[in-house]
Amino acid sequence: MSGALRSFLAPFLGRPIAFLGLIVLVGLATAAIFAPMLAPYDPSRLEPVARLIPPSAAHWFGTDQFGRDTFSRVIYGSRLALLIGVGVVSFALVTGVPAGVLSALFPRFGRVVMRMIDVLMSFPALLLALGLIVIIGQGVTNAILAIGVVYLTTTSRITYGLTLRLRTETYVEAANSMGAGAVWTIRKHILPNLISPLLVQASFVFAFAQLSAASLDFLGLGAPPEIPSWGNMLAESRIFITRAPWLLFFPGLSIAITAFSLNLVGDVLRDRLDPRFREMLNGNRR
Amino acid sequence: MLHVSDLSVAIGTRSDFTDIVSSVSFEIGRGEILGLVGESGCGKSMTSLALMGLMAEGGPWIRSGRVVLDGFNVIDMPPYRRVESGHGGIAMIFQEPMSSLNPVLKIGEQIEEALAVHEGLAGAGRTRKARELLEMVRIPDAALQLGAYPHQLSGGMRQRVMIAIALACRPKVLIADEPTTALDVTVQAQILSLLRELCDTLGLSILFITHDLGVVAQLVDRVAVMYAGRIVETAPVLQLFEHRGHPYTEALLSCLPDPARPLRRLTTIAGQAARPGAILRGCAFAPRCPKIAEICTIEAVPYAQLSSDHHALCRFPLARPPS
Amino acid sequence: MTASPILHVRNLSTRYTVKRGGKMHEVEAVKQVSFTLGRGEVLGIVGESGCGKTSVARSIIRLTRADGGEVLFGDTNLLTARSDDLRKLRLKIRMVFQDPFASLNPRRSIGDSVAETGDIHGLFQNAADRGRQIDKALRDVGLDGSFSTRFPHELSGGQRQRVGIARAILPAPDIVIADEPVSALDVSVQAQVLNLLADLREMMGLSMIFISHDLGVVGHVSDRVAVMYMGRLVEIAATREIIDRPVHPYTRTLMAARPKPDPAFRIKSGIEIGEPPSQFERPAGCPYVNRCSIATARCAAEDPHLRPVASDRLIACHNV
Repeated sequence: MSGALRSFLAPFLGRPIAFLGLIVLVGLATAAIFAPMLAPYDPSRLEPVARLIPPSAAHWFGTDQFGRDTFSRVIYGSRLALLIGVGVVSFALVTGVPAGVLSALFPRFGRVVMRMIDVLMSFPALLLALGLIVIIGQGVTNAILAIGVVYLTTTSRITYGLTLRLRTETYVEAANSMGAGAVWTIRKHILPNLISPLLVQASFVFAFAQLSAASLDFLGLGAPPEIPSWGNMLAESRIFITRAPWLLFFPGLSIAITAFSLNLVGDVLRDRLDPRFREMLNGNRR
Repeated sequence: MLHVSDLSVAIGTRSDFTDIVSSVSFEIGRGEILGLVGESGCGKSMTSLALMGLMAEGGPWIRSGRVVLDGFNVIDMPPYRRVESGHGGIAMIFQEPMSSLNPVLKIGEQIEEALAVHEGLAGAGRTRKARELLEMVRIPDAALQLGAYPHQLSGGMRQRVMIAIALACRPKVLIADEPTTALDVTVQAQILSLLRELCDTLGLSILFITHDLGVVAQLVDRVAVMYAGRIVETAPVLQLFEHRGHPYTEALLSCLPDPARPLRRLTTIAGQAARPGAILRGCAFAPRCPKIAEICTIEAVPYAQLSSDHHALCRFPLARPPS
Repeated sequence: MTASPILHVRNLSTRYTVKRGGKMHEVEAVKQVSFTLGRGEVLGIVGESGCGKTSVARSIIRLTRADGGEVLFGDTNLLTARSDDLRKLRLKIRMVFQDPFASLNPRRSIGDSVAETGDIHGLFQNAADRGRQIDKALRDVGLDGSFSTRFPHELSGGQRQRVGIARAILPAPDIVIADEPVSALDVSVQAQVLNLLADLREMMGLSMIFISHDLGVVGHVSDRVAVMYMGRLVEIAATREIIDRPVHPYTRTLMAARPKPDPAFRIKSGIEIGEPPSQFERPAGCPYVNRCSIATARCAAEDPHLRPVASDRLIACHNV
């Protein structure tokens, strides 16, 4: 296990900024998991007396118009960020990977499915998510579904291309000549070779899910206002931009740092990948 | 025509290097074909790149040696500088003609490009010269083929085009790096025949790099055998096959399957080919040599002169020189 | 025919459709190829690129779908076998591939690759049995049992090819089809692998189809040789006969073109023997008509069939 950990960390050692990104993500996860212990105040606690206080010793990130502690809200917001990220990535993988693999292995099925994916990809990401939200309604789960649909398109595309190439590898032909069926081929030859590229893809999707979710929240179409989310915090604090800029600064910074760190980690993972798969990943939706 | 003395190519830094080509020396006379033979990883391709001055920055570098072309030392000069100084006399053809030709340019344009750079020709005269070159390499319908694209030609035809482009520079020496390895046997025979013809009619000197001893026997005049970055034997081709000096040459020749004598078992060479620079003391072939003595692993190996133009890098060569 | 036949190939034909220049072309990669493989015999199939020798191999084991003919193994026609029968047959007829670097999954250990057939077909009783069989297969090809936990990138080309052979022989097959098994290897390594194949053949009583473009190699290992040109079988006879007394004009050209490692035979300048016509422009009659020195009008019109010209030689030519 330590060997695997060491080999995972190895490419980060030469790049301090990327390593910093990794630390940030670990921090994010810690904040999300241990939020109740780390947050000094209840994020929903209203304290009308302490409204719009700038960052101070008692309130490191200041308070908002209802007297809620910004620092605590930012910490609790990390939970939603994590939830969105994990939810979207899981959805995209669970739907996109089978779609891509089966489309590559069964061309007639694949032609239909890939054309449908093409249609979805023709919409800009946010518009597609918005459109879906309008149809299915708002809320955290629906936001995850909507953004998940957006990113299942790129995931299935990448999986499709990789599987097509893997299918023609000599070792896959050798397995077929020995009696391997589709299930065996997928299990033993295709999926293991997809893990690395999909890991890279996952890190980028995680990042874009943050941005999309924050945008949805900002528009009021994502998480409901009682759940602390960075996007909601931005939306609520718009009118205070001159009076209480800290209310926008800290959630905004959180979103930016999270997305940026994910991108850094994704870059490092991609660079250490087998060069053959790198070109496939560079055609990512940005 | 071409004298190579003590050429060494190394990797690493100046203070901490490993030779991947080590003290290589040979000569090619005018109108002569020298075969450079060895298995993969022995350093023969690296040698040819060093001769051409095609060593890229950051990769292996020429540590020492002289490459004298027709009297001028051109070592470590990239090709454009050689052309500028008027000593660009070496041309090269490679194994895969498809990757050496630009797929979006017509054959005629690519030949004319070489003519423009080296001969300074232009216009109709240049096109005519391009056609003549195609005829010289025996491409049928030369005038028509000038307008063809590389993918429209077969492998053998493309290799002939490569030779034509190489000849456009009017080289004194042609380096051919495994030019027929990727070709069918019947096509190979024709390309080898063409090279023989060009050598005889143009007085071209050729350095022919290959791993195929059959091609060596048929085409080349003299042979240099490489192993682990060093030349272990040099001899005229007839002498090499009949009186092998170095144990590696002997082993290599006895590995060859011969349908005329189907023995049940082929002789093999124990162990694996040594990477250049892996053996630091003594003879690089010692671990695999059937005639090994302890001194072979300790002391540097001397050259044994087996006859006036046959020498081997071995302390106990197989063919004793007549005393 | 010395040995009783283990495989009958009759009138095998395989076509590919290729898109070229905007149009669909049908390429006849294999046309009406027939031969038999005797039990314990090594049949060499030799020819230049595009002759169809690899397509023949792939059609026999159904990696590519044949369009006609039959391949009889015992009573079963491999080309029409049902999937359960076919699965069992895949244990008996095995293939060794050309490229030792590409034929092994780089992410699977050597042991897993060697045992793959067994895992697919459930041949192992338990983990210990599996380990034993892997070890035996590796030892049979001259590799130490410790190779089982290594990965392909740690091995040399020759070692990887041995692993490919170990994988092929694990289920004790009857027939091994080797598609250019030594072409990607150095001469010294080639010799080791050829010796290995000869040893295995004797030890296991294998029958082999050995495909290669290298006449020297094919001549060394085979009992009989079949020569292919543009999808047709043009000559088939005992190895000694093909090497010493080639009869078909193409076989003669092939033998003459082979670079023999004997400096007494020097290449002459001015050899012009032409090239095979493009796959898309096959002549109507005999495929060799454009390059043949004894071609007649009949050759341009009529494609010759394989017919016996001596006790054990078959030739497809009108004029010999």
